Amino acid sequence: MKVITSLKLALGVALACVAGSSAFAAQTNVAVAANFTDAAKEIAAVFKAKTGHEAVLSFGASGQFYTQITQDAPFQVFLSADNERPKKLVDDGLGVAGSNFTYAVGKLVLWSKAPGVVKGEETLKQASFAKISICNPVAAPYGAAAVETMKALKLYDTLKPKLVEGANITQAYQFVQTGNAEVGFVALSQVINDKDGSRWMVPQSLYAPILQDAVLLKKGASNEAATAFIAFLKGPEARAIIEKYGYEVGKSS
Amino acid sequence: MGGISNEIWQPIRLTIELAALTTAILLIVGTPIAWWLARSKASWKEAVAAVVALPLVLPPTVLGFYLLVVLGPDGPGGALAGLWGGRTLAFTFEGLVFGSVIYSMPFVVQPIRNAFDAIGDRPLEVAATLRASPTRAFWTVAIPLARPGFLAGAVLGFAHTVGEFGIVLMIGGNIPGKTKVLSVAIFDFVETSQWREANILAAGMAAFAFVVILTMMLLEKRTARINR
Repeated sequence: MKVITSLKLALGVALACVAGSSAFAAQTNVAVAANFTDAAKEIAAVFKAKTGHEAVLSFGASGQFYTQITQDAPFQVFLSADNERPKKLVDDGLGVAGSNFTYAVGKLVLWSKAPGVVKGEETLKQASFAKISICNPVAAPYGAAAVETMKALKLYDTLKPKLVEGANITQAYQFVQTGNAEVGFVALSQVINDKDGSRWMVPQSLYAPILQDAVLLKKGASNEAATAFIAFLKGPEARAIIEKYGYEVGKSS
Repeated sequence: MGGISNEIWQPIRLTIELAALTTAILLIVGTPIAWWLARSKASWKEAVAAVVALPLVLPPTVLGFYLLVVLGPDGPGGALAGLWGGRTLAFTFEGLVFGSVIYSMPFVVQPIRNAFDAIGDRPLEVAATLRASPTRAFWTVAIPLARPGFLAGAVLGFAHTVGEFGIVLMIGGNIPGKTKVLSVAIFDFVETSQWREANILAAGMAAFAFVVILTMMLLEKRTARINR
């Protein structure tokens, strides 16, 4: 009997917890550009601890999310890897006007998982590798920045036969991580904790700044968790996490 | 517009090449496997059959992940690629053929095995009493009798390779003319909001799939009539 009573008690407490949390905390679906994966996870964890709200994160290429959102995908917040798509969503009437802002400025790096492989610009010039991975330059801003960099160095035509393309920046990273490509253009945020490999921070002069904008979508306009997440993203705690992952943060709001 | 039409034709050509080569290899490799599965008395043969059938159930991501590792520089694929100075079999047409052979194998082996099973012992015993060697009986009795199975296997293997997506996405690297097959090209067009091109290819695929399935059904009907 004692066991049953305590089980009942436990069940009651559990139910109370579920009921209690659903009364105060809301949930929001957030589409996150793949390069921001790690930072977004950390931000969502702190967000939940502070506000009780839950941000459910989906990761993918910005272009893919843009297409899905125009087709009524159930996202309430969109953290893009560029500033064009959030603007377009506002113009399309799918984003809340004036809600788009730059939450991070992305940094492009050339990376290899082996030490001493990537030394700098000359690594691209010598091109003593079989494959170099990027992400889809049309769908993903980091891919566009990588192409821009190669063009600025006048190496695009020579490197083109060696390019392999991931559907998003995570896949571009994974091609290098598995060794299938010796080097690749990835986001600094992806390799910020990597100690063993070699990398070259691509100078900002070679590519246009990757302004990563967030936007509150119409679907989230009346969702408490969605608006709270946007507000949290602008706050000092989120900004500290974003900086930790190697991004620059936009001007304080 | 020339560029756009090439953007559409190139994946189609590549996909047909990949599917045709995969089917040819599977008919050569799959036939002895199907034969063994149909004729062997080994108690563990169903275990082998289960391994062959695995791709039916596994998500393509499982195969894609393993292939990425196996084909890579730290795996046997990398060693193989080293023979002609490469580093990895990922991002190559050959790598896709390898992946497709594994992925489409059950679709070829299963119908052929069923056809061999259906023949039974009798025709082969008759052939033996007529002094046909086992090899000769295989070529002149078993293969002709199993023709519908070969046809079904070839059609299904081809169609299934055409319909492959996940594996190619994971090991292909989206290289035009080498690994950018139809399904990946459609994904790409949708992702980059080029819906006109996506539409052309997607509608073509739907028509193709319809023709394949219809062919299969007619084929089955005909086989049933012959057997009656």
